Amino acid sequence: MTELTDLGVAAIRDGVRDGSFSAREVATAFNDRVAQAKALNAFLVETPDHALKAADAADAARASGDLKPLSGVPIGMKDLFCTDGVPTTAASGILDGFTPTYESTVSANLWQAGAGMLGKLNLDQFAMGSSNETSAFGNVISPWRRKDGGNAPLAPGGSSGGSSSAISARLCPAATGTDTGGSIRQPAAFTGISGIKPTYGRCSRWGTIAFASSLDQAGPMARDVRDCAIMLEAMAGFDPKDSTSLELAVPGWEAGLSSDLKGKKIGIPKEYRVDGMPAEIDALWEQGIAWLKDAGAEIVEVSLPHTKYALPAYYIIAPAEASSNLARYDGVRYGLRDLPDGAGLQDMYAATRAAGFGAEVKRRIMIGTYVLSAGFYDAYYNQAQKVRTLIARDFDEAWTRCDLLLAPTAPSAAFALGEKSADPLAMYLNDVFTVPSSLAGLPAMSVPGGLDGQGLPLGLQIIGKALDEQGVLNAGLAIEERAGFTARPEQWW
Amino acid sequence: METTSSYRIQGATGEWEVVIGLEVHAQVTSNAKLFSGAATAFGAEPNSQVSLIDAAMPGMLPVPNKECIRQAVRTGMAIDAQINKWSRFDRKNYFYADLPQGYQISQLYHPLVGEGAIEVTLDEKDPDSAVKRIGIERIHVEQDAGKLMHDQHPTRSYVDLNRSGVALMEIVSRPDMRSPAEAGAYVKKLRSILRYVGSCDGNMEEGSMRADVNVSVRKPGEEFGTRTETKNVNSVRFVMAVIEHEANRQVDVLESGGKIVQETRLYDPDRNETRSMRSKEDAHDYRYFPDPDLLPLELDDAFLEECRASLPELPDAKRKRYEGDLGLTSYAAAVLTAEAETARWFEALLAECGDQAMAKAASNWLISDLFGALNRLGLDIEHSPVSPKQGAELLKLVADGTLSGTLAKQVFEIMLETRQDPGVIVEEKGLKQTSDTGAIEEVIAKVLADNGDKVEQYKGGKEALFGFFVGQTMKAMGGKANPKVVNDLLKKALG
Repeated sequence: MTELTDLGVAAIRDGVRDGSFSAREVATAFNDRVAQAKALNAFLVETPDHALKAADAADAARASGDLKPLSGVPIGMKDLFCTDGVPTTAASGILDGFTPTYESTVSANLWQAGAGMLGKLNLDQFAMGSSNETSAFGNVISPWRRKDGGNAPLAPGGSSGGSSSAISARLCPAATGTDTGGSIRQPAAFTGISGIKPTYGRCSRWGTIAFASSLDQAGPMARDVRDCAIMLEAMAGFDPKDSTSLELAVPGWEAGLSSDLKGKKIGIPKEYRVDGMPAEIDALWEQGIAWLKDAGAEIVEVSLPHTKYALPAYYIIAPAEASSNLARYDGVRYGLRDLPDGAGLQDMYAATRAAGFGAEVKRRIMIGTYVLSAGFYDAYYNQAQKVRTLIARDFDEAWTRCDLLLAPTAPSAAFALGEKSADPLAMYLNDVFTVPSSLAGLPAMSVPGGLDGQGLPLGLQIIGKALDEQGVLNAGLAIEERAGFTARPEQWW
Repeated sequence: METTSSYRIQGATGEWEVVIGLEVHAQVTSNAKLFSGAATAFGAEPNSQVSLIDAAMPGMLPVPNKECIRQAVRTGMAIDAQINKWSRFDRKNYFYADLPQGYQISQLYHPLVGEGAIEVTLDEKDPDSAVKRIGIERIHVEQDAGKLMHDQHPTRSYVDLNRSGVALMEIVSRPDMRSPAEAGAYVKKLRSILRYVGSCDGNMEEGSMRADVNVSVRKPGEEFGTRTETKNVNSVRFVMAVIEHEANRQVDVLESGGKIVQETRLYDPDRNETRSMRSKEDAHDYRYFPDPDLLPLELDDAFLEECRASLPELPDAKRKRYEGDLGLTSYAAAVLTAEAETARWFEALLAECGDQAMAKAASNWLISDLFGALNRLGLDIEHSPVSPKQGAELLKLVADGTLSGTLAKQVFEIMLETRQDPGVIVEEKGLKQTSDTGAIEEVIAKVLADNGDKVEQYKGGKEALFGFFVGQTMKAMGGKANPKVVNDLLKKALG
């Protein structure tokens, strides 16, 4: 029999339902696997009891014929979601010791659907980073290694790197992620898994620690498209506690899955062919086009002329919002407080924030403070907002010619830890393909397409119209079926 | 009608004119805060009215409270202002321990309420004096901050977040005022309108209304001078004192060759002076930007219609009606309409009287007798020991001749003490006035017999003694005789 930890969300759900195994067996198997994988540093907090409790509830529900959509499925929770009674830090020293007394809407929705929690997953500090190296609690290591035998530890992507690493290492069948400029899609691509960022407003932001409010959006990460659909159905939904939440019913995405793309037009944005992109990524993109054609879609070339301004605009808007969102971490009410002898209020702020925030967080707070300050606001923030409008218009224009867009997820495969951490700009460039759709609030997904020459996964990205998660998932499924991606990292930890 | 104020500061170099603008912060009357469901009662235990949102816990999001928006819109309508159907919230960023989010949610770029105005009477003792229109630039809604408590511990400060997130309206006037009296009249009128509308209780001593006072001076006719802003002034008297003090200080500075620095000042009521808090150079850069947690506020016509329909009759309209329809003097109309509570009381009284023709009697009684009594007892009209119904009963007893004016005053005193209905008092104490001619004639005969000398004098032409006989008769009758009957019978008896 297959290892229980090799099963995905649908398989576990169905197995529990038909009695192939008990939910408790599943939870126990994953708990054990999590406990043995400390070398990956994917979990900041392990919560085996939470998983077991949900499993027992699932087993009882089965007995009474009362199973829920995720009964028996244990998942990982990115540590950006506040969890009642479980420490939540956003991987920052400034929230060291903070334990919420409330549950985020997204996690509450998942528990409501019957899921259990294996633990809280590591991430880039406050979700700011593309490699997981900005975590205050040590970087997550990707379970993947290059074929060159050098065993260089690789980045699992970021910011949802704990989630990507844990799923690809089979520590959990699925996990939550958040995506502000690519934080679900890029780590999914780096680790050979799937992940979808839904339309902005699909998932409530209530109880999720904010990075950049107008961009932050939760979404699932899992091993395949179906599992993502199941997870997203549970996570999404209108929440009156979030003013930007969309007041719409949650579609039955799993039931709507179909890889038949007849009648669909797929746009290929020409501006995404950037200089210096590895040939392997280009080749995979071509392969993706062929797969979608094979699934019945028509391919059209489209133009998104303002693409090159997306990254600069993003790195103004996101830090601007972050500089304000992170002002609440001041040592007054919760989290870290550094109160030097004889210090006044200003000294306490300075000492606390100097000690509590990591370098990348400080960099973004400084950038954000700068672009909002008197005399610079119009030149930077206002200008970036105009660019954002133009980028959204680019997509609207594209939708007159096609239904979905296909592009690479990231401009490279996973890089080695330390390789880009000294050069923030090189790091920011990782977001070049994911940021435009974030600025436009559109649903976008990464699915594994194949391996590069070093045996590392590469991802393909599908971008859809607002609210067309179904179209995105279906195209993802069409690629998944044709890519036949079964590679998994060899266990070394 | 625009009038020119004659208020001037006499400086060594001549006369100076004062230019005043006020930013009034009015706490919106609402059971819940602007963006959270926490309660807003005054005087609660520290930190007992704080939601996760007010404490800015990680991941918390604001959701606008419709009632607060409604109250601000109604206030805007009451000052005849433009209501912006599209407005937006901005973050004002600064660090302070009483500001949990590290920013205040306010409205800088697109306020809810635009240009409006109110009219103030320049001499409140003379309702017929000139009226001045004071422009209001805007009203926006914003969150209040918490409160620091420095007196709880020798070395530590404590934070009370009960006020954190409470909804405020910031009502920004044009620099249209030219004297402390105008500013005082403006604040009083504004407070009166807010109370009529019910959007703010106007209790300055509880901090639900406070003013930032902008003052500058200039030689009449010249350009505006540099202004200073004195923060958080919490009474009408203090607003006027700040202006007077600050204007004089500025004249002194300018005349001794100095310059006025644009700065924020604080008022110290104990020493009646203002002190510099921070200058423009130290001013915060608030880094305002649209709050990304909130969508723009869009109001539809149905909502605006409901707001408008819910507005009560406002003081100016009421005053005109009291003068026109009820025939009250302009003074009485002004006094009765100055405060919403007084007008409500008066209208309840008149309704109980059941006859509009009694409006004058009711107005006189309320203004002289009831106000006199309340003043003496140190009560406001909401806490009057006598109800409008009881007042009306008393007035009716006078109107139908049961009580004389003098008796009515006696009955009223007893009402204040015992809270009994006047009818009951009249019955129990036998205070009914009598028109029984036989009884009165008897008394008159005795009075005249006892004062034969005075009768002689009267008949000899000293007619002023008539009042003496009336007084003696009334006294002997215990004040219960109908004065008109006494008069008639006395005249007859004295031939």
